[in-house]
Amino acid sequence: MNINSENIEKNRMNFWEKIYLPEIARGLGLTLKRMFRPKMTRQYPEERWEPLGSYRGRPVLVEEDGKERCVACGLCSRVCPALAIEVQAAETTDDKERFPAKFEINMLRCIYCGYCEEVCPEEAIVMSKDYELVFASQESAIMDKEQLLVPVAQLQDRLEFLRRYK
Amino acid sequence: MPHIYIDGKRIETQSGKTIIEAAYDNGLYVPHFCWHPELSVAGNCRMCLVEVGLPKRLPNGEFETDSNGNIVVSYMPKLQIACATQVADGMHVRINHDKVIKAQEAVMEFLLINHPLDCPICDEAGQCKLQEYAFNHSRGESRFEETKNHKDKRVPWGPNVLFDAERCISCSRCIRFAKEIAKQDVLSFVQRGDHVTIKVQDGAKFDNNYSMNVIDICPVGALTSPDFRFKSRVWDMSFNDSICMGCSRGCNIQIGVRNNEILRIEPKTNMYVNKYWMCDYGRLSYYKKINENRVVSPAVKKNGVQTEVSWDEAISTAASILRKYKPSEMMFVGSGRSSTENNYALARFAKNVAKSVNLDFYERTDQSFADDFLRTNDLNPNSAGCRNVGVSPASDKFSLKKLSENITNGSIKLVYIMDEDFDLEDKYIQALQKAEAIIIHSTNHSKLTEIADVVFASSYFAESEGTFVNTDNRVQYFEPALVTTENLHRMGMKMSRLDKFGAANDRWTQKELRNCRPAWKVLSLLASHFSVNFNYNKSEDVFNDIAHNVGSFNGMSYRLLKKHQGIIVGKSSNPDPVRHNYESHYMKPN
Repeated sequence: MNINSENIEKNRMNFWEKIYLPEIARGLGLTLKRMFRPKMTRQYPEERWEPLGSYRGRPVLVEEDGKERCVACGLCSRVCPALAIEVQAAETTDDKERFPAKFEINMLRCIYCGYCEEVCPEEAIVMSKDYELVFASQESAIMDKEQLLVPVAQLQDRLEFLRRYK
Repeated sequence: MPHIYIDGKRIETQSGKTIIEAAYDNGLYVPHFCWHPELSVAGNCRMCLVEVGLPKRLPNGEFETDSNGNIVVSYMPKLQIACATQVADGMHVRINHDKVIKAQEAVMEFLLINHPLDCPICDEAGQCKLQEYAFNHSRGESRFEETKNHKDKRVPWGPNVLFDAERCISCSRCIRFAKEIAKQDVLSFVQRGDHVTIKVQDGAKFDNNYSMNVIDICPVGALTSPDFRFKSRVWDMSFNDSICMGCSRGCNIQIGVRNNEILRIEPKTNMYVNKYWMCDYGRLSYYKKINENRVVSPAVKKNGVQTEVSWDEAISTAASILRKYKPSEMMFVGSGRSSTENNYALARFAKNVAKSVNLDFYERTDQSFADDFLRTNDLNPNSAGCRNVGVSPASDKFSLKKLSENITNGSIKLVYIMDEDFDLEDKYIQALQKAEAIIIHSTNHSKLTEIADVVFASSYFAESEGTFVNTDNRVQYFEPALVTTENLHRMGMKMSRLDKFGAANDRWTQKELRNCRPAWKVLSLLASHFSVNFNYNKSEDVFNDIAHNVGSFNGMSYRLLKKHQGIIVGKSSNPDPVRHNYESHYMKPN
C-alpha cells in the first residue's frame, strides 16, 4: 500500500475548505478593504519618484563655471571594482594644469557602488538621482564627458548629503 | 673585517662604508630622500636619522654588562644621519626605535609643510617616495594651518625636463647628478629657507644627453617629462624588462605599456652595464617607431600590387621563390637590430637549407653619436650577436658593401632581408630595385616594403623574447612588453590591469593586435617547406640550440641570463656575481 497517498492535503481538508468559496470571499473582502485605504503604488511614467540625496543613481561629473571639476587623477578608474570608468588626462594652461580629455563610464559595467564618489579628491564625480537608464545598444551605454556633465546646481542634494555624512 | 649591529642583527661590513650602505648591502632599509648610491653624500634631507652608539667599557677595557649579561650600549644623545656616518667596529645602530620613528615623523612634517599635496594631478603619484613615506613614516595629519608658499610651476630646464618648484623638497639629487654624472654643472640652489628653489644658470639649458635621468632620481614629482606628462597613471601601465635598442651599450630598460602602446621607457638597474642611467635618445627616439607605421600582416606582391595574405600563403610563396634560384645567386641579410635567436635562425636557414654562404648584416655606425659615458658609435644593439652566431660573409666578394655591384653584374638575384630597412643609406634601396626577387621580414613600412615581393610582418624586440649581445659581448635577455596575436596567450599577467580585464566592447582596449611573428618562427616554417625540421617551438628552443652549437654560448640559458642580468660570451662557467641592486622604492627603478 502506498503510504503517501493517504496523507495528501486534499484528504486532510474538510468540506468547506474543499469548495474554496469562503476563502474566495475572504480574499475579495481584503481587496475591498484596501480600496478605501491610501494608495501605496504610483502611476510610474506619469508620476515620477524623486529620490532623496542619499540615493545612488547614475554617476555624473560635476560641472562648475562651464567646466568640469575633474582633474583626471584616475582614482575613480582605479577604485572602480567593475572597471567601468576610463579617464585620459591632458594638459591645460590653467592653474589646475590637468583636465580629462576623455572621461567615459560604461553603464553596462557600472554597479552603482559609489566608490568613485567616495575616492574623488575634488568632489567631481557624484551619484545622481537619475535611475532611468535604458540603452538601445552596447555602444550607447558608454557615456562620454558631454553626457556625464551635470551643472552643480542640480546636484545640491547629493553634495549636501556628502558634506554631512562622507 | 669590522662588524656592526643594526637593531641587534650582526652585520659584517667593510671599513669606510657608511651605515646606510652597510644596511643596504644586507637588505635592510633606511628611509632616505637625498642619498643615492652613485651620487656624493649631501646629508640634507635628514630622513635617514638613526640612533648610533658604542658599547660602554669598564676601566679595565672590558665591555660593561647589565644584570642579564647583555652589553650596555651608550647611544649618542642626538641622532645621526646614516648616509654620512661611517661604520666603526662594534657600532650599534637602531633604525626601528621610538626615538628614530619620532624623528622621521618630524622630518616628514617639515617636508610636507610647503609641499602642495597635489598628488591627483602629479605624474609621480603611485611611485612617489614622499607619498610612500607619508604613508609609512608620517603622523598622517598636518598641524600646519598657515598658507603654503607658492613657487614657479612648469619651468622648462631643457628640452626634456620640466620643473615644478612647489613640489621640490630640496634633496639636491638633480644638482649632484648634473655635476657628477652628466658633467653639466648648470643647476644650483638659489634663495634661502622656505624660499629655496633650484635654478638653471642664466643663459644655460639643462640639455645634456642624460638629462632625463633626473626625472627618475627625483624622489618627488618636481621633475617631469614633457614627453610623458599626463599620458597615463603609473598603476595603469605594465612594466616589463627589456634591453634598449638605441645603441650597442645594451642598457637595461623597463617598457611602460598601456593599451598595447609604449608610453615610456625608463632604465632598469644593472650595475655591470648602465648602472641606474640611460640616455635621452634611448628614451625618446625609437618607441614611437614601435607604436606607429607598423607592418601588421604578411603581404605578397600579386601582379605588381602588394596584397595582404595569410601566413601559410606568404610562406609558401617565399618557398617557391627561393626554389627558383641557385644558392650562389642568393644573398641573406641579417640584422643588428634583431635578436640573436633570429640571426642564428637566419644563418642556419642560409647555410643548411638554402646552402648559401652569402650572409651579412648591415653595420649602422655613427661616430658623432658616441660619448664617454654610455653611448657607443655602433647603433645596432646586437652587432656582436650577429658576429657571434656567424652572420658574416664567407668571402669579401659577397659582403653587403658589394651588394650593388653583385646585383648589377647578375651574380646576386634574390635578396632575403631580415628586420633591416637600411634607414641611414639610400644606396642599398636603389641597388635592391634592380634585384629580381626580394623577400623581407619587416617591422615598419618603408621604401623597402614597397619593392619587396614577399613581406613578413616581423615582431620588434618589445614584442618577443630573445637576447641581445652588447658591445662588451654581454648576452642579455629581454622579455616581451607588447601583445601580438602570436604571444597573446603568454602575456596574460604581464599586461596592465586594464588590458588584462578589458572585454571586446570596452573602448580602452581597442588597439589592434598586430599579426606579426618573430623571424625565427617564420624561418623554421619556411625550412619545413624544404623538408628540414628546425624543431623550434619557442624562443628558448632557439637559444638552447645556440648554446649547444655556438662554442662561446655554451652553458648559457635564459634562466641564467635572467639571474645574472646577462653573461659575457665565453664566461658562462664564471659569470659576474649577482648583485643586490639598490631599489629606491616601490615601482621606481632607482
